[in-house]
Amino acid sequence: MQLSRDDLKRAYRSMFTIRTFEERVVKEFAQGNIPGFAHVYLGQEASGVGVCFDLSNDDYIGSTHRGHGHCIAKGCDVHGMMLEIMGKEGGLCGGKGGSMHIADMSKGMLGANAIVGGSPPIAVGAALTQKLKGTGKVAVAFSGDGASNQGTTFEALNMAVVLKVPAIFVFENNGYGEHTASSYAVGGPSIVERAKSFGMPGEVVDGSDFFAVREAMGRALERGRANEGPYALEIVCSRFTGHFVGDPQAYRLPEEVAKAKANDPIPRFRNAVTEAALLEHADLDAIEQEVLAEVEDAVQVGMAANRPSLSTLEKDVYVRY
Amino acid sequence: MAKKSYRQAINDALRQEMRRDPNVIVLGEDVAGGHGASGETGGVGGVFGLTGGLYKEFGPTRVLDTPISESAIIGAASGAAVTGMRPVAEIMFVDFVGVCFDQIYNQAAKFRYMFGGKAKTPMVIRTAIGAGFRGGAQHSQTLHPLFTMVPGLKVVMPANPYDAKGLLISAIRDDDPVIFMESKVLYDMEGEVPDEAYRIPFGEANIVREGKDLTFVAFGAMVPRALAVANTLAAEGISVEVIDPRTTSPLDEDTILESVAKTGRLVVIDESPPRCGLAADISSLVADKGFRSLKAPIGKVTCPHTPVPFAPNLEDEFMPNPRRIEEAARAVLAYS
Repeated sequence: MQLSRDDLKRAYRSMFTIRTFEERVVKEFAQGNIPGFAHVYLGQEASGVGVCFDLSNDDYIGSTHRGHGHCIAKGCDVHGMMLEIMGKEGGLCGGKGGSMHIADMSKGMLGANAIVGGSPPIAVGAALTQKLKGTGKVAVAFSGDGASNQGTTFEALNMAVVLKVPAIFVFENNGYGEHTASSYAVGGPSIVERAKSFGMPGEVVDGSDFFAVREAMGRALERGRANEGPYALEIVCSRFTGHFVGDPQAYRLPEEVAKAKANDPIPRFRNAVTEAALLEHADLDAIEQEVLAEVEDAVQVGMAANRPSLSTLEKDVYVRY
Repeated sequence: MAKKSYRQAINDALRQEMRRDPNVIVLGEDVAGGHGASGETGGVGGVFGLTGGLYKEFGPTRVLDTPISESAIIGAASGAAVTGMRPVAEIMFVDFVGVCFDQIYNQAAKFRYMFGGKAKTPMVIRTAIGAGFRGGAQHSQTLHPLFTMVPGLKVVMPANPYDAKGLLISAIRDDDPVIFMESKVLYDMEGEVPDEAYRIPFGEANIVREGKDLTFVAFGAMVPRALAVANTLAAEGISVEVIDPRTTSPLDEDTILESVAKTGRLVVIDESPPRCGLAADISSLVADKGFRSLKAPIGKVTCPHTPVPFAPNLEDEFMPNPRRIEEAARAVLAYS
C-alpha cells in the first residue's frame, strides 16, 4: 500500500519520538532522575515503527525489557511513559510498573516484559482471543535474539501453529543478548529458520529500513487478518548502545558501533523520502521541533510530578494480610 | 438433592459456566483428546475425565487441545484472559508447574498490580494435587504453599463435591487468576450437589464440625481425614471443631481465630512439607493474633521433609494419616 504524505510524517514522527525519548532517558538516567535501570531502543526505531505502523488499538503487542520504542510505536502517551519510567504519580501504570513493565490496555499494549521469552506465550493467547471472537485482529510478540533461545518461545511458536492463531512473532535480532553476541548464542542458520521449522512462513528483514519492515509486516498482517495462522519476522537491526544504560560495552569494538550508526534508520528514512520528493526537509525539521518540545515537556512534567501516594502501595490487590 | 462425585461436580460447573458465558473456554492437554488419531476425537475428556463430554457439546473452539507445552498453555490462557476471554486451563498434575511457573507468578499474577490496576486476568488454572495415588515423586505433590505466597493469585482447595462445584463457579467468574487445586484422592468422593449453578465465596471457611475442646484446621483431602479423627475422639467425649478454610488465599482468618478463642487448642493438618507450608502459616497466624487464646503449643501434622515416596507403605506414612493426626491431637489435649 502506498503511503500518503501524512503517513510518512506519522512514521517519521514516531521514529524520531523514540529517538528523542530514549536519548533523554539516557541523559535523565545519568543524572539520577530515573530509578533502577533502563534498556533503550536507540538504533532499532524502524523496526518497532514498521511493525506497529498498520496496527490499530485493537491489535495487540507484547514487548520486551527494551520496550519503550514498542510503546511509542503503538501509540502510548509519551508523558505517561516518562512519568512511569521516573516512578511518578500519573504514570501509565501509576508508577507500579516502571521501565520494564509499561503497559496500556487501551492501546493494545500488553506490557513490556522483563522476562526474556515472557511475551510469546501471552501473545498466543491474545491471538487466540482474536480468532475465537473473529475480530480479524492480530497479536504481535516482540522478542530479541536472546528470547529466541528460550523454551517458552519454542512452545509459543508451536502452539500458534497448532491452534492456527493470528500471532506474529517479531524477532528483533540486534546482534546481542545482553553482552553476548547472537553469533555465539543462537545455534543453527538463523532465527527465522527456527520459526519456519514449526510450520509458519517467515522472512528476514533489514531493520534499518522502515519501508522494508512495514512491507514484510504487511505480509504477516495479510495472513493474520485472514485467520490463516502465524508468521515470523527476523528483523536484523543494531543496538547503538549497550545492554542497559551505562553499559561500558568493552565487548564491542568502536568500529562495530560506528558501522551500525552509519546505517542509522532515521537519516536513512529522511534521505529516502526527500530524494524521492515525497517530503521536504522542512516538513521533517518541523516534526523534529515538535517532538523535541513534547519530550522536553514530558521530562519537565515528570520531574515536577509527585511520587505515587503511599496509599497506593496496597491498591490493586485482592487481599491484604 | 442429587448425589454426585467430586469429579461430576467439577464437570457440572465447567459445563454450566460454558453454557452461560461464551467467553469461557477450556484448554489443556487432552481436555478433548484423540486429535489426529485414527479413532474418536474428543472422547478422552482429560486424563482424569474432568472435562468429559465438553468437546462434544461445545466443539473445538471452546475445548482446545494443546501440545504438551505448559508454558504456552498458561501464557495462552493469560493472554486470552487480558483480551476478553475467561479461560480455564488445565495443568494435568500440579507437579508440572515447574515448567511453566514463570507464566504464572511473573506474568498472570502480576498484571493487575504491575499495570496499575488497568488489566484484568480472569483465568482459572485447574490442577490435580496430592499423594495417595501411587504416582511417585513427580505426580503426587500438593504445592499449594508455592501459590499461596504469590501476591495476585487466589488459591482454592475444595474438600468435597458441593464445595468443588460452588468454588469452581466462583473461580470462573472471578477477575483474578485462580489456582483451583483438585485433590486426586477425592475425585470419586460422593456428596449432595445441587443441579443448578451456585457460588461459594472465597475467603469463607467451612465449619465442617462444631466442637469446644480442640480445633482442627485442615485443607483439601486432609479435611475428611481430620473429620474422621474428630468423630473417633467424639466417642471418648472429646469435642473437636473441624475447620476447612476452602481457600488458602484469601484466608478466612477470623473463623480460625474465633475457633481457637473457643477451644484454646489447635492442630493444623496439611499435606505439604513442614517448612513454609500452610501448617506453619496457620500456626504463625494464631501465634500472632490468637496468642492469648492458646492453652497448649500448636500441633502440626504435615508430610515429612522428603519427596513423595512410591512404595505404598511409605506413601501412606508420608501423608498425614489418621494415626498421626490422632497422636497430635492427644498431645495437644494432654498439655496443661
